[in-house]
Amino acid sequence: MLRKLILLMVVLALSGIATACAPTGPAEILVGVNAELTGAIPMVGAACKNAAEMAAEEINAAGGLEIGGKKYKIKLVIADNENKPESAAAAATKLITQDKVLIHIGANASKNAIPASSVCNELQCPMISPWSTNPNTTLYKPWVFRACFIDSFQAGVNAQFGMEEFNATKGAVLFDIGSDACYYQGFFFKNTWEKLGGQIVAFETFTTGDKDFTAQLTKIKESGAEVLYVPQYYDEVPLIVKQANRLGVTEKIHIIGHDGWESPDLCKLCGADCNGLYFTTHWAVDIAGEKTQAFIKKYKEKYGVDPDSVAGLTYDAMYLFAKAAQNCGKLTGNLATDRKCIRDGLAAIKDFEGVTGTMTPTEQGDMIKSVHIVKIDCDAGVFRWYKTVQPRTFE
Amino acid sequence: MTYVLQQLINAIQLGSIYALIALGYSMVYGVLRFINFAHGDIFMVGAFLSYFAALLIRRLAGSAGIPNALIFLGSMLLAMLGTALVALSIEKIAYRPLRKYRLSVVITALGMGVFLEHMTLVIVGPWRISFQPLISEKVHKVAGVSISTTQLVIIFVSILLMLILEFIVRQTKQGMAMRAISYDREAVPLMGVNVDHIVTLTFAIASCLAAAGGLLYAHAYPIIEPYMGIMVGWKAFISAVVGGIGVIRGAMLGGYILGFVEIAAGAIFPSRMRDLISFVVLMLVLLAKPTGIFGLPLRQKV
Repeated sequence: MLRKLILLMVVLALSGIATACAPTGPAEILVGVNAELTGAIPMVGAACKNAAEMAAEEINAAGGLEIGGKKYKIKLVIADNENKPESAAAAATKLITQDKVLIHIGANASKNAIPASSVCNELQCPMISPWSTNPNTTLYKPWVFRACFIDSFQAGVNAQFGMEEFNATKGAVLFDIGSDACYYQGFFFKNTWEKLGGQIVAFETFTTGDKDFTAQLTKIKESGAEVLYVPQYYDEVPLIVKQANRLGVTEKIHIIGHDGWESPDLCKLCGADCNGLYFTTHWAVDIAGEKTQAFIKKYKEKYGVDPDSVAGLTYDAMYLFAKAAQNCGKLTGNLATDRKCIRDGLAAIKDFEGVTGTMTPTEQGDMIKSVHIVKIDCDAGVFRWYKTVQPRTFE
Repeated sequence: MTYVLQQLINAIQLGSIYALIALGYSMVYGVLRFINFAHGDIFMVGAFLSYFAALLIRRLAGSAGIPNALIFLGSMLLAMLGTALVALSIEKIAYRPLRKYRLSVVITALGMGVFLEHMTLVIVGPWRISFQPLISEKVHKVAGVSISTTQLVIIFVSILLMLILEFIVRQTKQGMAMRAISYDREAVPLMGVNVDHIVTLTFAIASCLAAAGGLLYAHAYPIIEPYMGIMVGWKAFISAVVGGIGVIRGAMLGGYILGFVEIAAGAIFPSRMRDLISFVVLMLVLLAKPTGIFGLPLRQKV
């Protein structure tokens, strides 16, 4: 037994030497991806993973990322955060300390991105969240950036749109108090709506996992509201809209939503019930420029589905990183120095042209970029562009 | 007034589904003195099986123009059959060998629940599935109150099933044996009743009700996923305890009470306090009557 053990150890030691002596290819950069592969919103995780892989393949196919005259191949390390805050933080810790990634891309939903961003900031590893719109993701966290716009802007756009478009003064909100993104959206909407001179007549909530909204919807119907804001994700929206239709809520009340609605699955789950509703989002496919169209076409050929904005934003996050690496100038091989250099490179980006629009980060790491309002047409299976709103504040 | 009526209908709809599932907890407890914590996940299996059964029937029927009502009935029966088979094999593999060890069998029940969830996750994947309704939806307006066909069917079918169950338990020999076992487990085998048969029958009926509950739930909330049974299972379990676990009428009443309390708490108080208030009410009920509303005081045998 002992002899076998010794033999095994010798073999292991030899194999270790063998790998150490193997000829090294071009140097590798490890990029960590923290995605919602399982849990309530698996479409988001899949889109994030697909787009990150596509961008990495593109960069590698072009010979790799050139930094300071040296070529580097990108290697992705993908971790599943199960759409749980604690798993997102654990995945971030693992990616940074164990896998030793140079940069952390993800997480996407704000409830996961906020704990992950605290870990990244603590361990001083740059992070780009593709899809998290909550202010707390980047607030007082110099190491954290995002590829999307910020919630206070998005909810403000929604309040203004709801008021002007439907000539309304009475607003209502129905949102999940258990989810960071939804919670802040609900309050931001209320604040802006009231600041613009309107009145919030129903401010209704539920908690994550609830399926029955009839009590709240009946209350909203009774309140005399003209616009109902539903800042929820695509897996809950169909339930809410269908119950609203059944209760006759939608006869008088216009339902509007936020970017969590955007997913090819929305129409699959909601069908004709969602037709004609509006929501704000990161891009509108039908007015997209050449670069975006090329991305959409390539993504569709590769994965067989239309990309949603998570895919576009993750793709942009990867190229934001590439741009930051170029801004950085050179990599030393010392992880701490290189991570700092990439962080500074991200902060130095100006007017970056991505597939989801032109973006410049603020001091806080938030992107200044425009928001699009789209109208749902599930019969045709598309979200049609309706309006674009340029960046501004609603303070 | 219309507002109150509307909320009342919402409550009856929710309560009917809770009651159907609560019956499963209550019946199994009555016969075996054990809480089948996998029952919520059996309900989930029922929802998925009825989804696949409806797909199958639609495909087989092709363009034969079978009315939706028949597809509804057919998929309900198929789902009941499939769910009963699942529940019976669970009972045989995991519960029967452990029947003497009351604590262990609760643990295996919890384990079976997790097993069913992840089994479904592996088979269908994490994607949300949209349940295509088998009822042609129409919203009826009665004095300002909106009642949809779906709601009517849910309420009607669940009350019908409960009446059938009442009949089985009250009027048949097997039902009498069930009641006898729940009254005195030691004496019943002496009367020549095969306890195993009755246990099997109880599990079969309980899972049939869960399957029907799954189908109806999927019509009310038409998105199904592998974890949908957890919360509903807990709430049905609570309903059963509040009504008096082991008593069939108690489970029915408990389901409706929970439905009413949840809707009323959301309708009267700010909705963020809904769960807080509804569960405080339930705790108060239990403080006043620890064995549940229809529950009998515990008999201690000396």
